[in-house]
Amino acid sequence: MNDVREVWVYLSTTPLLHLTLTLAAFAVGSAVYERAGRNPVFNPVLIAVALLIGMLTLTGTGYERYFEGAQFVHFLLGPATVCLALPLYRQFDKVRKSALALGAAILGGSLTASATAVGIAWAAGGGRETLLSLAPKSVTAPVAMGISEQLGGLPSLTAAMVIVTGIIGAALGPLALNLIGVKDWAARGVAMGTASHGIGTARALQVNEVAGAFSGLAMGLNALATALLLPLIVGLMW
Amino acid sequence: MLNHLTLIFACQLAGEAATRAFETPLPGPVIGMVLLFAYCAVRGGVPDDLAAVGDTLLKNLSLLFVPAGVGVMAYGALFAREALPIILSLVGSTLVTIMLTGWLMQRLNRGGATGDE
Repeated sequence: MNDVREVWVYLSTTPLLHLTLTLAAFAVGSAVYERAGRNPVFNPVLIAVALLIGMLTLTGTGYERYFEGAQFVHFLLGPATVCLALPLYRQFDKVRKSALALGAAILGGSLTASATAVGIAWAAGGGRETLLSLAPKSVTAPVAMGISEQLGGLPSLTAAMVIVTGIIGAALGPLALNLIGVKDWAARGVAMGTASHGIGTARALQVNEVAGAFSGLAMGLNALATALLLPLIVGLMW
Repeated sequence: MLNHLTLIFACQLAGEAATRAFETPLPGPVIGMVLLFAYCAVRGGVPDDLAAVGDTLLKNLSLLFVPAGVGVMAYGALFAREALPIILSLVGSTLVTIMLTGWLMQRLNRGGATGDE
């Protein structure tokens, strides 16, 4: 039998290891979430990410090595986003009826997201680069990175902020909405998709298809609204 | 099944091509979503096979964000540099945005189905 070390050296270089660990960590996250009665605070993404970061840190594995395996999961994000067309199509009668409200809510949400992100960080003493990187943080990652670059922020820092925003929204958003009595599924979906993009949408879809359909659409429209408006507003102010 | 997986990929591919060609601010997959929606509208429904593939992907949507989430570890140092403003901003802004957007939509959109989580 080979030395454990040799086996580890082999395993750590095959993409299969980190692909398997990603799925296993998410299975643990999902099990905890189910055990906790689907309490949004026990968000499976949050648990899986924490487990994996802990494991990679302990084994001294860099993110690039990890991503060689995880990229196969990451790749499916694009096709899955395309599939958000399905709940949207099935619920389209409801969407059409509330088109005006939807537009107004997303516009309000887009402006609020950027204004409060920049405002709070500024009040807490954040530097210029941090403020500009935070401004598009509620928008889906590829668009947010583009906006960040255009504004003069750090796109890679923005990408990390976008992910954390998504997890915060998915974990705490449903509780915040309960607190202020927002019970309309369409409204809950629009709120999750506008403030916390795909990760919020994933959570909304699990709970209710109407919420999921509105959330996916809100994610797309908020990306469009923010990409068009934010550079204009920042250009006027700076 | 395979045909519909191909259709989904083709929608994304066409979306990616469109963003490059027309320099739209939308990412390829979001344009792909519009294209798949158009396909369903032309067909007058969602074919069962397409639903089988698509709904499976969507059921596992959370999982697909895990690799990007782990990527946050690479920015630990940048986060730490201004940890307080960043964390306060992300938590505060996300919660305020969720509440305001949800409240606004509920006020303006009377008469939808309601529920609690």
